[in-house]
Amino acid sequence: MLLLTVLELVRRRRLMERYALLWLLSAVVLLALAIWSSALASISHAIGVIYPPNALFFIAIGFILLLLLHFSSAVSRLSDQTETLAQRQALLDERLRLQEEPTDDIQPERGAEAEAEAELEGKPLDLAQRHLD
Amino acid sequence: MSTRALYLAVVPAYNESATIVDVIEALRRDAPEFDTLVVDDGSTDSTDLLAQAAGARVLKLPFNVGIGGAVQTGFVYAREHGYDFLAQVDGDGQHDAEELERLIATMKEDDVDVVCGSRFLTDDHRYPAPISRRTGIHIFAFLLSRIVGTRVSDPTSGFRLYNRRAIELFAFDYPHDYPEVEAVLILYHHHLRMRETPVRMYTRGGGISSISTGKSAYYMVKVLLALFVGLGRRRPVIDLSDV
Repeated sequence: MLLLTVLELVRRRRLMERYALLWLLSAVVLLALAIWSSALASISHAIGVIYPPNALFFIAIGFILLLLLHFSSAVSRLSDQTETLAQRQALLDERLRLQEEPTDDIQPERGAEAEAEAELEGKPLDLAQRHLD
Repeated sequence: MSTRALYLAVVPAYNESATIVDVIEALRRDAPEFDTLVVDDGSTDSTDLLAQAAGARVLKLPFNVGIGGAVQTGFVYAREHGYDFLAQVDGDGQHDAEELERLIATMKEDDVDVVCGSRFLTDDHRYPAPISRRTGIHIFAFLLSRIVGTRVSDPTSGFRLYNRRAIELFAFDYPHDYPEVEAVLILYHHHLRMRETPVRMYTRGGGISSISTGKSAYYMVKVLLALFVGLGRRRPVIDLSDV
């Protein structure tokens, strides 16, 4: 069931193959062990578990921990990349603003000040309106 | 290229509308050779507009990325605009712009890459930090001094001056959450020299510290983890010889 769901998600491109591999591996192994009970019995004997299904749960938990770790590392990488993007965006934003206000270079003091003040005055009104909405 | 050195003061600010204007004006008055760049770390108040009105350049991050990411944006800006020196000054009025001169003097005298303002090397105790905070800082100071082999009295101080080499390094690799302590470690790994110099610090002029009491424990654990993991981590050593 799990196996089929994973395959279907990959087919619909809802799950990237990169992340699906671990899921597929765990599904296949667990399914194989569940069906091929003599193998499960010998494994549980080898690791000293008396009741074979417990060994199955143990292995399943192992896979789950592995998957969680995998996701944590993926999230870490993503937040790292997001941060870099945010920084680049801020740098580009500033460059764009300078380009759009070339008069600022000639009269930096007055122009910027007056404009920012106007924006400041506009802000509380905007907020008030949003509250009314 | 002009022969005059270019100085940039980076002020990371998150919801500092109460103090940001004073900080910028103090920088203008007491450290006129510095261009001021405010990095607004996704503030929800009008920090960015106030800073702009006060005549500072403003980089507005689209959301809060944390102090490390904000400061690093300043490093990238300095690198791309060819600044020779970068000073980091907090947006809450803790740091005294007059002291920047002393940082510059120390950097030139001792020929180092980073100068860090330390609040513990001075007799002028205007910084009444709570005892818990001080204890934490001293623990870091002790561990860090052991690791890098020279005395570091105030590793959490965010009042620092960096030269071109350090700017290059940190534009490339700067820690995320509570960066100051780890940054010292990175400097050590890359064989950049750092000195401390005594400075006055004030209590915050307003706003709230990025390190609330609830977060202090997390801060301690995180930085300790970073310290010990950082020891074993092989950081990519970038080539700084031509800078």
